[in-house]
Parts: sequence; structure tokens; C-alpha cells
Amino acid sequence: MGVYPWVAWFAFRRYTAYPLGSGAEALTNTVFGFIRASVLIALWRARPGLGGYDTADAVTFCFLTQALIGPVQVFGGMELTERIRNGDVAIDLYRPTALQGWWLADDLGRAAGSLLLRGVLPLVAGALVFPFHWPGPAGAAAFTVAVTLGVLVSFGLRYLVTLCSFWLHDGRGMDAVALVLSLFFSGMTVPLVVFPGLLGTVARGLPWAAQIQVPADVYLGKHTGTGLLGALAFQAVWAMALLAAGHVLTGMARRKLVIHGG
Amino acid sequence: MAVETAAEPAPGGRARAARAEPGTLGRPGRAVTMYVLLAWTWVRAAAQYPVSMVLLGLATALVSGLDAVGIALLFAHTPRIAGFTAPEVLFLYGTSALAFALSDILLGTTELLGRHVRLGTLDAMLVRPVGLLVQIATEDFSPRRLGKLIPSALVLALALPRLDAHWTAGRVAMIPLMVASGLAIFAGIWVLTASVQFVLVDSHGATKSLTYGGAFLTQYPMSLFARDFVRGVTFVVPLAFINWQPALYVLGRADPLGLPGAARFASPAVAAVLCGLAAVAWRTGLRHYRSTGS
Repeated sequence: MGVYPWVAWFAFRRYTAYPLGSGAEALTNTVFGFIRASVLIALWRARPGLGGYDTADAVTFCFLTQALIGPVQVFGGMELTERIRNGDVAIDLYRPTALQGWWLADDLGRAAGSLLLRGVLPLVAGALVFPFHWPGPAGAAAFTVAVTLGVLVSFGLRYLVTLCSFWLHDGRGMDAVALVLSLFFSGMTVPLVVFPGLLGTVARGLPWAAQIQVPADVYLGKHTGTGLLGALAFQAVWAMALLAAGHVLTGMARRKLVIHGG
Repeated sequence: MAVETAAEPAPGGRARAARAEPGTLGRPGRAVTMYVLLAWTWVRAAAQYPVSMVLLGLATALVSGLDAVGIALLFAHTPRIAGFTAPEVLFLYGTSALAFALSDILLGTTELLGRHVRLGTLDAMLVRPVGLLVQIATEDFSPRRLGKLIPSALVLALALPRLDAHWTAGRVAMIPLMVASGLAIFAGIWVLTASVQFVLVDSHGATKSLTYGGAFLTQYPMSLFARDFVRGVTFVVPLAFINWQPALYVLGRADPLGLPGAARFASPAVAAVLCGLAAVAWRTGLRHYRSTGS
């Protein structure tokens, strides 16, 4: 077995080491899900069928966003940012592995742990209290693929933001900008199907849509046949483009890097 | 760098401070002086990077304004939600967000108490001659947090003239009063949830549903939520007194729960009781704190 699966496995172990802490986070995600679901129910009561969703679709969407906050790390951030700032990244670059590959493996392990500990509670609690949709076996399989691609896109975006620290030294400004874009264009604030006109068209074409909106639509069975393949291809193309950009930027960062101190 | 500066007591303050029991608020006047002094130290530290500070302030304003954008998007599809118009909901948003932003600026960093316990840095704070609450609340006090005031104040200023309310002197006076008591209620919640972290170090993830969750919940009319839920946030955790009950008075609306009219004016009393409870909880937590030892 190569080194990357081990990196992913140990990241998984690390991020599942404190189940109580993760459970506490999942509880907060669930509470927010209840509040947001009540708001969406009121909107769909006023406008039934808005954006092609029925009330149960909207509620399910809301709890899916809460379940996916952890896995796709909507609030942004990567451990690597701090390592670039304090110079520990020199150790990462010294390893006979690719910087991007190492951190991608780490992030996949983290996402899997997070899905397990933070994804289940919001969905189950939402299903118990509100009208809710569960997918069939085929839908669940497609959803698994869509979430994996969503995590890849999320990593691609966060890796690019993180690498900016090589030039800016202080990552907080970029993190803040990335947070605004991520919260708004992923469908966290309001489902993208509610965005009116041109704003909606643009938002549905941006990479943030691939993080939450597309996996949720796949879960809800809004895409079938070639439509489903198109949705997954949309995610895959963004994932590849972002990872390729990350690869190029890694090379530039390597040439730029001056290690602070001895 | 700034931590060391903050650790130095004010000139002449050492003898008096050393006698005070560490962690208690001490005399209120002195706590306020220390708070301003320490906060100013952190502001000067942040001002060393002016561009970063301004950008972060603007980004903070944008992030906290996203909820208002979300409300605007909802009202792009319907004139009323749960019987409330856009200016009415934005009025609720403005009062809640303004009270929360102020409380977050003053006391928000108390949520990091559990981390200090885990890392052992709380022990270092306890030997300093300044109350623990003041030290934690001023930690990393940065002007960027003032950015949170921009969207809430802006939305409130836009919503107020558009309200279809029958303005009387009482209703006008209620607006600053409800923001002030909302601020006090949020302040009580910050300190109460921080006190829990003395005992349950890992509870921060869950208590966020009271602080941030409470702030998010009170942006919307309570008529959206199930009745038992509203009872819970009225009688168990008094979130309904942050802005909902006073807003019913300002807007001249009937209470869906049918509480007596006095409830509309109960916010200052509720805030006082909650702050009293928080003070007791904080002192109890601190007294029972055992260092992790290292």
C-alpha cells in the first residue's frame, strides 16, 4: 500500500478521536437545521413548488446542508495555512511525496470521519421531526459519488486559498473572502434554486454549487439519466480544473518559498 | 508580544489587585478601566497591519450581513412570511443582530475558555492581577469585529422608516431599550455558556447553538416556529425577550402564545435575572476549576 492511503487513514483516525466534541458540533448543526427548516417551510407554504422543490424537498435540502457542513468544510480553512505561516511547510516540502497529494489524502480522511460523526445526527433528527425524503439504493450510490466529488472540489478551492499564504503571509484576509463566497454560493444561506434570474444561473455554474447544491439535488433525485451524468460531470470538471490549478500554483510556490529563520 | 504588554498591571494597581481574589470582577469601575486598557492594547497590536485590519473588518461585515441577504432573497418570492412583511422581519434582524454584534464584541471570546483549560494557558491568566473574565473577554480584541456592527445598524436604519407602526413616544423609546436589554441577555448567555466549559471542556461545539443559534433564531418572527419550541425559548432560555416580545409592542401585534401585556416590557428584568445567574455560574465554575496540571 502506498503512502497516501496511510495518510488518509491516520487523518481519519485523528478526526474521529474526539467523538464527543464532534457530537457537540453535530448538535449545533441540527439546531440550525431546525431553525432553517422552519423558515423554508414558511416560504414554501407561501410559494408551493418554488424552484421545482416541494416542502419535503426543501426541508431535506436544509438538513443535507447541515450534514455536509463538516465534510465539505463550508466554513473553510486548512491546517496547511498555519504551517505555511510558521514555516513548518518546509518539512512537508522535504518529504518525498507531492505536497498537494499529501494534503488531499489528509483531507479525504478528515471528510470521511466528519461525515460519519457529524453527518448522521442532523439527517436522522430532521427525518424524525419534519417531512423528509430518503433516497433509494441507486440514489444513495449516486449521492456517495456526488459527495466525494464535492469534497474534491472543496479541497481544490481551499487548497488554492491556502497557497495564497505563500505570497500574502497572513491567510486570514483570503480566508474571510473565501468564507463569504462559500457560504453564499454553496446554497448554505438559501438554496440556489431560490436565487432569482441571472444570479441563480451564475451561482449554479460556479464551483461552490458543486459542494452542496449538486450533491443535494442528486440525493433528492432531481437529476435522472443523462442529467445525472451531466451533474456529476459538472462536479468532476470543476474538481479537475481546481486540482490542476493547485498543481501549477504548488510549483510556483516552491520556487517562491524562502524559509523564515534557520 | 501583546500578551506580555497586557500582563503588566496598571501603574499603582499591583498592590490593590494582588489582594483581590483572582478571577472575580473586583470593583466594577476597575474592571471597566482594565477592560478598556487591555482592549486598547490589542487594538494597537492589530493596527500594526492596517491593510489587513481594514480588509478583515470589511469581510467580517460581509459575512455577518449574509443573513440579511438571505432574508431579502426569501422576500423576493413572497410579500409575507408567517404573516410578517419584509420591513418587519428586517426590523427583527436589525435589533437582534445589533444586540448580538455588541455582545460579541464585548464578550464573544469567552467561548474560548475551554481551549484555555485544555492548553493550560488558563493557569497563567489566573496568576495575573486582573480578573479572568476581563482578560478572556479582551483577548485578541480587534477592530475588525466592529465590522459586525455595519450590516445590523444599516439594516435597522433602513427598516425603521419603512415600518407600518403607529409611532408613540413609548414605542420610540422601546427601540434603544430593546437593543440594550438584548445585549444584556446575549452577554448573560455568553458568560453562562463559557461557565459550562469549566466543567465540560468539550461543550463549546454544542453551546454554539445557544449563542450563534440564538442570534440566528431571533432574526425571524417566532410565529414561524412550532408553539412548544417558542414556549421553550420564552420560558427555558429567554431568547424571546431579546427582541420578539418588545417588537410585538412596537409593531402593535398580538402574541401568538397569548402572554399578558406585561411580557412586552419584561426584557430588562429578564436580562437582569440572566446576568445575575451568569455571574453566579461564572464564580461557581471558577471556584471549582482544577488545573489540568503539567
